[in-house]
Amino acid sequence: MGHETYNALRHFADSWGLLAMFVFFVGVIVWALRPGSRKAHQDAATVVFRNEDKPAPPADETEGHDK
Amino acid sequence: MINYFKLIVLGVIAVFALIASNYARDLAYQVHAILIFLVAAGMFLWTLRSTDEPVPAAVLQTSYMDDVIRAGVIATAFWGVVGFLAGTFIASQLAFPALNFDWANGYLNFGRLRPLHTSAVIFAFGGNALICTSFYVVQRTSAARLWGGNLAWFVFWGYNLFIVLAATGYILGGTQSKEYAEPEWYIDLWLTVVWLCYLAVFVGTIVKRREPHIYVANWFYLSFIITVAMLHVFNNLSIPVSIWGSKSVQVFSGVQDAMTQWWYGHNAVGFFLTAGFLGMMYYFVPKQAERPVFSYKLSIVHFWALIFIYIWAGPHHLHYTALPDWASTLGMVFSIVLWMPSWGGMINGLMTLSGAWDKLRTDPIMRMLVISIGFYGMSTFEGPMMSIRAVNSLSHYTDWTIGHVHSGALGWNGMITFGALYFLTPRLWNRERLYSLSLVSWHFWLATIGIVLYAASMWVTGIMEGLMWREVDANGFLVNSFADTVSAKFPMYVVRSIGGLLYVAGGVIMCYNLWMTVKKAPAVEATAAAAHANPAE
Repeated sequence: MGHETYNALRHFADSWGLLAMFVFFVGVIVWALRPGSRKAHQDAATVVFRNEDKPAPPADETEGHDK
Repeated sequence: MINYFKLIVLGVIAVFALIASNYARDLAYQVHAILIFLVAAGMFLWTLRSTDEPVPAAVLQTSYMDDVIRAGVIATAFWGVVGFLAGTFIASQLAFPALNFDWANGYLNFGRLRPLHTSAVIFAFGGNALICTSFYVVQRTSAARLWGGNLAWFVFWGYNLFIVLAATGYILGGTQSKEYAEPEWYIDLWLTVVWLCYLAVFVGTIVKRREPHIYVANWFYLSFIITVAMLHVFNNLSIPVSIWGSKSVQVFSGVQDAMTQWWYGHNAVGFFLTAGFLGMMYYFVPKQAERPVFSYKLSIVHFWALIFIYIWAGPHHLHYTALPDWASTLGMVFSIVLWMPSWGGMINGLMTLSGAWDKLRTDPIMRMLVISIGFYGMSTFEGPMMSIRAVNSLSHYTDWTIGHVHSGALGWNGMITFGALYFLTPRLWNRERLYSLSLVSWHFWLATIGIVLYAASMWVTGIMEGLMWREVDANGFLVNSFADTVSAKFPMYVVRSIGGLLYVAGGVIMCYNLWMTVKKAPAVEATAAAAHANPAE
C-alpha cells in the first residue's frame, strides 16, 4: 500500500469515519433510553421465562404473551 | 438424493487425503491427512449403509433440538478437564524442569504443550461451552427450533475435529506461531467453513423466531460469532508453501503483522471470552435468580458500548515496540474507556440479584455465577490498568500478565461455564435436580481457592521479576541476570501449580456430579413435566 492510500485512510478514519461511528453510537443510546420504551424493554426482559420446554406455536394460534 | 452427493464429496476427500498423506512434507501434515482420511472414509461407509433406508418423517417443529446441546455439554466438561490438566502440567514443568522428559523431547516439552493448553481451555472448553449454550439460549429466547436441521451437528463435530487437528498439530510441530491462532492454513480453512455454518444456524434461528424481540443475550452471541469470523480470516491470511505441507507464510510482515495479530488476540479476549460469555450471563443469571435482568436499557447500552470500544484496544499489547506511538496511545485510551461498559455490565449482572440476595446463601450455582461476575469486574479493572504505558513497562513480559489472564479465564469464563453446566444438565436430561449440591459447593471452594493461589502467586512473581529486571546499581549497571529472576520465582511457581491442581480437582468433581445427575438423580415425573409445560395462568 502506498503512502497516499495510508494517509487517505487515516484522514478518513479520524474525521468522517470517527464522526459517523460516534453519531451512530449516540443514536443507539438515545434510542435505548427513549421515552415510552419501558414496556417494550420489560417485555423483552421476560423473554427468558417463556417457552422453556418447547417452541411457540405458529403465530395464528399464539395465545399471546403479556402485552 | 442428497446422500449420493454426500458420498461423492466424502469419497473425493478420502482419496485426496490418502494422496496427501503419501506426498506429505512434514509429520503434522501426514498425521492430519491420515486422520482426515479415516474420518471421511468412516463417514462414507456410514452414509453408504444408511442410503436408501426409509427416511424418517421430518421432525415437527414442536420441540427444541437438544441432543446436539447434550453432546456439547459433555464435550465442554471433557475438554475442560483436559485443558486444566494440561495447564497444571505445564505449570509444574516451569517449577520442575525435569518434567520436560528427555524421552518426549520435541513433543511434550513446555513449548509444545503451552499452545495445547491455551487452545484446549479457550477454544475446546470455552468454544464448546459457547456453541452449546448459544444453541440452548437462541432456541428458548426465540421460541423456535434450531434452523438448518443437522447443520447444528455438523457445527459440533466440525468444531471438535478442528480442535483435534489443532492440538495434534501443536505436538507434532505444525504451528504458525501466532498466539491463540497457532493452527496452520488448512485447519484455518476448515474452521472458516464450520464457523460460517455456525453463523447460518444461529442467524437462521433468530430469523424464524416467534418472539418480537431479539433477546440481549443473542445480540452478544451474534457479535461474538461475526467478529470471530472477521478476526480469524484477517489474522490467518497466509500462503501455503506447498499444498502437501503444513508450513505457510503470512501475507503481512513486521509491525503490520504484529498489529493484526494483537488486533486479533485482544478481540479474541473481547469477543470470544467476553461478549460470548456475557451472552451466557444475560441468560443464565436471570434464569437461576428467577428474576429478569436488572435493567434491559443498560444491557443495550452495555452491548453497543462494549463492541464499539473493544475493537480498538488491541495496540496496548505493543507498547514500546515498532508500532507508532499514536496507535499504542489509541489502544491505551480505548482500554481505559472500556472500563465503563465492563463495569456497567457487571453491575447489571450483579444487581439482577437485588431482592434475591438470600440465594447466595442457599444456592451454590448462584454463588458460582455471582463470583464469576465478580472476577469479571476484577479482571476488567486490572486489564485497563495494565494497558497504561507506565504500568505496562513494569508488567509486560512478566508473570503478572499470566496472572491477569487467568483471573479472567478461570474466574470469569470458567465459573460462569460451570454454573451454566450445572443449570443445563438436569434440564437437558430431564432430571428433577442435580445429584449433589454439596459437591457443587466443594467445586466452588476448590476452584475459588485455586484461583486465589494462582492470581496471588503471579502478582508476587510478576511484580518481583519486573522490578528485578529494571534494578540498576549506583553505576547504572543491571543488578540481576535473567537466571536470577528465574530462581527467585521458584516458590511462587510451586504455589501456582498447587492452585491449578485445586482447580482441576474441582473440575473432576463437577464431571462426577454431572455424570451421577444423569445416572442417579430422580427423573422429572411425567405429570409434573406436563404441568410444567402448561403453566396455569
